[in-house]
Amino acid sequence: MTAVYVAAALFLLATIAAGLIRIWRGPTRADRLLSVQLFGTAGTATLLLLSLASGEDAYRNVALVFALLAGILGVAFTRYGRVEP
Amino acid sequence: MSWADGISLLCILAALFFFLAGTVGLLRMPDVFTRLHALTKADNLGLGLIVLATAVQLQSWTELVKLALIWMLVMVSGATVAHLIARMALSESSDEKA
Amino acid sequence: MIHLVDVTLVVTLLACAWLSLTGRDLLRSVVLFIAFGLLVSLGWARLRAPDVALAEAAVGSGLTGALLLSAFSAMERARLTTDEVGLTRARWLALGLTLGLGVSLGVVLLSLPSDHPRLSLHIQERISQSGVLNSVTAVLLNFRSYDTLLEMVVLLASLVGIWAVAPFARVWPKAPSTPILAALARLLLPLMTVVAGYLLWLGADAPGGAFQAGAVLGGMGVLWVAASLWHPPWALRMVRPLLVLGLLAFLAVAGVTMGIGKSMLEYPASQAKTLILWIETAATVSIGVTLTLLFLGGYPAPPEQS
Repeated sequence: MTAVYVAAALFLLATIAAGLIRIWRGPTRADRLLSVQLFGTAGTATLLLLSLASGEDAYRNVALVFALLAGILGVAFTRYGRVEP
Repeated sequence: MSWADGISLLCILAALFFFLAGTVGLLRMPDVFTRLHALTKADNLGLGLIVLATAVQLQSWTELVKLALIWMLVMVSGATVAHLIARMALSESSDEKA
Repeated sequence: MIHLVDVTLVVTLLACAWLSLTGRDLLRSVVLFIAFGLLVSLGWARLRAPDVALAEAAVGSGLTGALLLSAFSAMERARLTTDEVGLTRARWLALGLTLGLGVSLGVVLLSLPSDHPRLSLHIQERISQSGVLNSVTAVLLNFRSYDTLLEMVVLLASLVGIWAVAPFARVWPKAPSTPILAALARLLLPLMTVVAGYLLWLGADAPGGAFQAGAVLGGMGVLWVAASLWHPPWALRMVRPLLVLGLLAFLAVAGVTMGIGKSMLEYPASQAKTLILWIETAATVSIGVTLTLLFLGGYPAPPEQS
């Protein structure tokens, strides 16, 4: 099963790498923020898979912090990433 | 392969499909609103399936609670941030017209 | 296959760093920096350093990202460009400093004896006297606790520095025009308090501890400010003593240990766990409040001035 977990983690990393293209291209700020949301969910999922692959429980706590902070970043971005009218 | 491994495998495969769909949507959809729609729905489901795949492998209740918390957090903040992004995109596009 | 994961991670990391540094669009660079932080955190997880991965996810990506965003919004409001604030020239200085640091770290790393894992053996030998089971916490809060004491000073000094040079910060942005943000904040704030407490408690025998818990509290503060939840004019006076709480706890313990004839911060073994827990709790609160105020980027102006 370890091979399955690692392969799945690799796949998710590839989606993160693909998300970089959207950050680079934009064109709007909202597009760039969308990629950050992708990184948050895919990063959390990758950490869960790595915790299964290695048997290291601590990765799930890192995943918890990822999940929390991705939301906070999204909020901060929509509140501060633009000029208020 | 035990039954738990079988469930995990199915969940992971399904999850990867949804993550793929979300990422393809993010890259290929024509405007920000359709990208938003494609990404946020598919990714939250994908993460949920990964959480499920992890949950059947663990024997501890506290870890299950933690996993449930992770998924709930991502769904709640994901939905809120999706709403905020849509508003941001709306105000940006009205700025351009003005 | 795990090597393939590592290679993908490293290549994506380098791509992120390069694109972030060379791009002309400032906001794009900020977003790439946030992505970079998330990937570095995954990298630390792969290096089996979950302590650092936790800190990097919370501070390196989450809070630094929020900090850069608030700096970006301040620049836009003042209609400043990167050239006007000297960022383009500072880039070369930053490159020089980073190269210097990188090279010296490399030299130090290569000069270390590779076949003597003596330090971790020393820690394992003594860990029963430290009061905790997690070797990282044992080092940070017991064996080398004066380092952590000085880190608290550095954190405080950076805030004082910002207050000294930056103009008043407009603390509370206009109330958000959507009620959903406030609803999210009301749900997440208590939840984050619990998570911070959990990470703090966990630090005794697993990766976690004051800095990670404090960073979660800092994230809470960012959410609080961004959601414009509650802002009585006297709030700052209540909060300022909390900034020095961690430092005071450290100094009090240092004074008492010296007073009973031991060396500074040498805890009696029977009391070690209690003392570490008290110091960490106080430090968590201080770190959380300091990070929130760092995010504001200036001494908070009273609400009517904003």
